[in-house]
Amino acid sequence: MLSRVADCAYWTSRYLERAEHTARLGDVCLGLTLDRSSDTVRRLRGAVGAPPFGYGVPPLASGEVISEDRMNQTIVACVAAARENARQVREQISSEMWEQLNRLYLAVRQTTAPGSSSFFTSVKEAAHLFQGVTDSTMIHSEGWHYIQIGRSLERAAATATMLEVHFADADAVGRDPDIGAYISWAALLRSCSAFEAYCQRYTADVRPERVAEFLLLSPDFPRSVRFTVETVEASLRSVARSLGRSSTGRVERLAGRLRATLDYSQIDEIIAESLQTYVQGIRQQCEHVHTALYQTYINYETESAIAS
Amino acid sequence: MATQRATDIRTGLFSQYALDHCYDEMFDASGVARAPYEALHRRLLELSPADLRQRQQNADSAFLHQGVTFTVYGDEQGTERIFPYDLLPRVITAREWETIERGLIQRLTALNLFLKDIYQDARILKEGVVPRHLVYSAQHYRREMLGVRPRKDIYVSVAGSDLVRLPDGQFAVLEDNLRVPSGVSYMLTNRQIIKRVFPELFTNYAVRPIDHYGQSLLATLRSLAPGDRSDPTIVLLTPGVFNSAYFEHTFLARQMGIELVEGRDLIVHDNVVYMRTTAGLRRVDVIYRRVDDDFIDPLAFRPDSRLGVPGLFNAYRTGNVSIVNAIGTGVADDKAVYAYVPAIIRFYLDEEPILPNVETYLLSNPAHRTYVLENLDKLVVKAVGESGGYGMLIGPHSTASQRDEFRRRIQSEPRNYIAQPTLALSRAPNFINDRIESRHVDLRPYVLCGEKFTVVPGGLTRVALRQGSLVVNSSQGGGSKDTWVLAD
Repeated sequence: MLSRVADCAYWTSRYLERAEHTARLGDVCLGLTLDRSSDTVRRLRGAVGAPPFGYGVPPLASGEVISEDRMNQTIVACVAAARENARQVREQISSEMWEQLNRLYLAVRQTTAPGSSSFFTSVKEAAHLFQGVTDSTMIHSEGWHYIQIGRSLERAAATATMLEVHFADADAVGRDPDIGAYISWAALLRSCSAFEAYCQRYTADVRPERVAEFLLLSPDFPRSVRFTVETVEASLRSVARSLGRSSTGRVERLAGRLRATLDYSQIDEIIAESLQTYVQGIRQQCEHVHTALYQTYINYETESAIAS
Repeated sequence: MATQRATDIRTGLFSQYALDHCYDEMFDASGVARAPYEALHRRLLELSPADLRQRQQNADSAFLHQGVTFTVYGDEQGTERIFPYDLLPRVITAREWETIERGLIQRLTALNLFLKDIYQDARILKEGVVPRHLVYSAQHYRREMLGVRPRKDIYVSVAGSDLVRLPDGQFAVLEDNLRVPSGVSYMLTNRQIIKRVFPELFTNYAVRPIDHYGQSLLATLRSLAPGDRSDPTIVLLTPGVFNSAYFEHTFLARQMGIELVEGRDLIVHDNVVYMRTTAGLRRVDVIYRRVDDDFIDPLAFRPDSRLGVPGLFNAYRTGNVSIVNAIGTGVADDKAVYAYVPAIIRFYLDEEPILPNVETYLLSNPAHRTYVLENLDKLVVKAVGESGGYGMLIGPHSTASQRDEFRRRIQSEPRNYIAQPTLALSRAPNFINDRIESRHVDLRPYVLCGEKFTVVPGGLTRVALRQGSLVVNSSQGGGSKDTWVLAD
């Protein structure tokens, strides 16, 4: 597969995931505004405005919160970027995938009600549909794995960022589950599509350390950091195997180490140390995996490739 | 009887249908549907405008959702547009097609011999059949190609000549496209879409299939691989997403199952071309390029090109890679050289041209020039190196200031222009404004030349959608329709 194609496949799914994440947050904020929970809204909006989120709009000043308009703009920009990447590899993805993405692009560009709940819902649904269409129409070979890796790394970063902003503010949120705190932590769960899954696991008794445990370390919730990192690692191994490379290269080692860290962490220890530091470390390691992936398959040095 | 039927034509959907001295594809001069169009005509009379409108909408949304679009240059907003599509097929009989096919093969055979000759021995120039200055001053003549031998001496493997049908019903060649002809993806998608929105039309017709184009193109490219490469790697080189024909590039790459590469994906090392893959560098043997000569290699041609591959021309010259079409083929589709194609056919093949040319005035010829300058309001003037309907003056539809502008340009650079009579292009029925109206059409069939010739039975029928307009180019408000070549 062409390196450029791998690059585009990866960013198609990364940008689409980012659009979906932002739309989900937009929808949660909409509900919260009606509940008059302005602090939580501020926190959530702060999280989608900070890099790498808030794509396609001017960067926020420190402490600034992304406006509603900008939030809609960033959704449109992410969808457009996903489509542009897909357009460059149209012949490599299935027609159904392209049509699905193209339809979403035409819809968000022509929408008459940006920032409405139906707008957010349609973006979320279209992203889910794209994932389903991808899984059922594309060969599950190298290109498909780059799509998995892109989506999973983006998800890991998104979930980690959400946790970080909430725990940075944990004192304000309040450790006791009074009504205000409950709404805030539930909003965090909802913004990761995790509220129902959490309730199934722990009941509606929403506690910060359980929320953190669920979003970070759950082995089977598809947006938990641990789950996404496992997907990344498995896909990296499949890519290496399909190219006949040993699966102990630098990128596989970095992903494996990150996965092991999450496998053997305990939430009480993490919180005792500092959840923020821990999450920042995880985000950094995700960045390293991304860089190593590029050095191995996409931006490698031509000279060394000719020599080998 | 005949007169009674002649009045029948202007009923229902056909109420505004115009017939005049132009050849009408559907009706003869007395207003009776021609035999191959009878079934279609009958079916149309049964349909309501609402029904046709519904089908047209289905077709349009299929094009939009599939992203079958082209890019309009010089238009900031909404640069991607769908190519307007007309529902009603254009029908060509088996006999008409037989002549077209033979004519195109004859023409391309002669043009390939011509290219070989001017880049190798220049016999035709020595014998004065084609003026030397005309060839050497052609914008797309490439001195760098002197002595370079393309694989099997085939310069043009993919051609798309534009045919028009004149009032007497005969087809003539209006121009040749021997560099990077485009539009074949629209030919193929038009067929897919009409099958979906108008399936019952096919019941009365034995339409020859065209779906094998991709396969034939691949076989053609494979047959041109460097001799020592048994399982050649073939790629399609595109300028990238901003090119007007990008959709077509992705479409063809997918149909053939080959990699679609951009210049930045390729590197040349020791005169061997490689592409950058996730598994390392992989050798490339055949490049079906959709990038113009000028941009293909910044070391050999335009140094400011970011679309090309540095060193590609040297690798080509060494014979390590085949480039299709060869470099420098544009000299043979120069609009002034065009005037000599009948002579070129006679010179190399000793045959009379099967498909005639359109009468053409060379403005470098003083007698022609005087005539043309006096009759600018009746003629069509074209810049010789341009394509896509750019750089044209249509005399009868022009303003005095446009004519003055062209008069100045012709006088300062006569070699750059030719003139042709304003042709009465044939007209075909189209569904426009909720009824059926006639519009001028042309026909671009696609010819492949490798081990053997392949002419896919069909082509792109382009329509000048604006009433009275003679310009069919997509960049100038043209549309297209499916083209049916009948089996018997």
